[in-house]
Amino acid sequence: MLRPICVFLALLAGSGCSSLQPWVKPYERGQLADPIMAFDRDPIATKYLMHVYEAREAARGAEGGAGGGCGCG
Amino acid sequence: MPKAVREAAVAAGDLMKKLSVLVALLAFFSAANTFALVVPEDRADILYHAYDGGGVTVDGPSVLVRKGYKEKVSAYANYYQDMVSSASIDVLTSGSKYSEERTEYSVGMDYLADRALISLGYTNSSESDYDAKTVSFGISQDFFGDMTTLALGYSRGDDEVRKNEGDISTYQGDAQRQRYSLGLSQILTRSWIISLSAETVVDDGFLRNPYRQIRYLPAEGAGDVAFAAEAYPETRNSDAFALRTIYYLPYRASIRLEGRAFNDSWGIKAENYEIRYVHSIRSRMILELKARTYSQTQADFYSDLFLYENAFEFMARDKELSTYSANSFGLGVTYEFGFKIPLIKKHSASLYWDFIQFDYDNFRNALLSRSEDGQPPEYRIGEEPTYSFDANVIRLFYTVNY
Repeated sequence: MLRPICVFLALLAGSGCSSLQPWVKPYERGQLADPIMAFDRDPIATKYLMHVYEAREAARGAEGGAGGGCGCG
Repeated sequence: MPKAVREAAVAAGDLMKKLSVLVALLAFFSAANTFALVVPEDRADILYHAYDGGGVTVDGPSVLVRKGYKEKVSAYANYYQDMVSSASIDVLTSGSKYSEERTEYSVGMDYLADRALISLGYTNSSESDYDAKTVSFGISQDFFGDMTTLALGYSRGDDEVRKNEGDISTYQGDAQRQRYSLGLSQILTRSWIISLSAETVVDDGFLRNPYRQIRYLPAEGAGDVAFAAEAYPETRNSDAFALRTIYYLPYRASIRLEGRAFNDSWGIKAENYEIRYVHSIRSRMILELKARTYSQTQADFYSDLFLYENAFEFMARDKELSTYSANSFGLGVTYEFGFKIPLIKKHSASLYWDFIQFDYDNFRNALLSRSEDGQPPEYRIGEEPTYSFDANVIRLFYTVNY
């Protein structure tokens, strides 16, 4: 009885839709939390440079970093 | 098997089962309660920006203030100003030098609702001949033990375009711009993140610059060259896809790679690639080195020189719609000050310099086929060298985190 509950909870703790387990735990994300790992460290400066590019290039869109995926705040 | 050993084995088995239940419960509750998504940190930035290249200088300030409440809500306000002085090749070819200002205000907020971060924003930009209002909405959600973040975004902009001639400003038309974005970022290892972005932009309405002109060869006896207003389609749809990745090196430094592909309904295809290296020096200084390359093909209706008047339904001579490439190199430094200020956690100053070289393949320097001071022109019309210019971009800013 305990084993199915364990498996169920473990699955639920993961994705809920995949048998893959999350392999980088929150406590292993010290390096990812470092400011040097931010896709966008200074939004005010990035926004200006994106404006420079967009004013002089025909391409637009998909400029951002899709938000952070790091569980580190 | 002796009874004592059998009992010990059973007891160990029970202990393992209990431990595994405990571990599974811990995993479940830690995953359920660990919010990877957080509202952005409280900070204020004051920035001076400057662009100088191709006869155009643009500079001005930008101030961004962001404040959160109980780690659930964070609101921001941004004031931004461009002071433009333009003697660009477009202006010199078929217009006159001008100066103007553009002022932009943005406000917005982020709200953390359970495991989703909801963002709302509003931007108002105004200049003497152009007004733009944009509203945006976004939602991000973490999955898979907070290793995966999915972000969806939508924005809609409504622009009004006018044309200034002397003291008279004439309404030209409206433009509506809608953006649909999708982002997926994934933690791959404890030192490697990858991110995929896709964005579709749909523009409708008055999409050209009312001042810019095409040039064409007039009928015989009407001079060597003539100019006429551009004619653009009233819709433009584009798709862009980007892949970004950032990796923490064995020492405190990171390397970031980016690739983006773009295409639109006007026939333009573009791509850009960037490599960025970020290096920390002790704990207070961060250096950044960057190289970027961009290239694009021309719009279907672009031509440097049309062969006769009204040659096509749509005609453009905007160099941003020509075939060209741009290469840039950037350097940046951020220094965190050691002295303390009351109520402030930390404060820093940053300076970034970018140098960009633009090289046009089929946009010619039309100034070189003009007669100057009664002297015959250096080149025949349509045979001038292609245009190129360099630009310097400066960003200098001071940041406080509180």
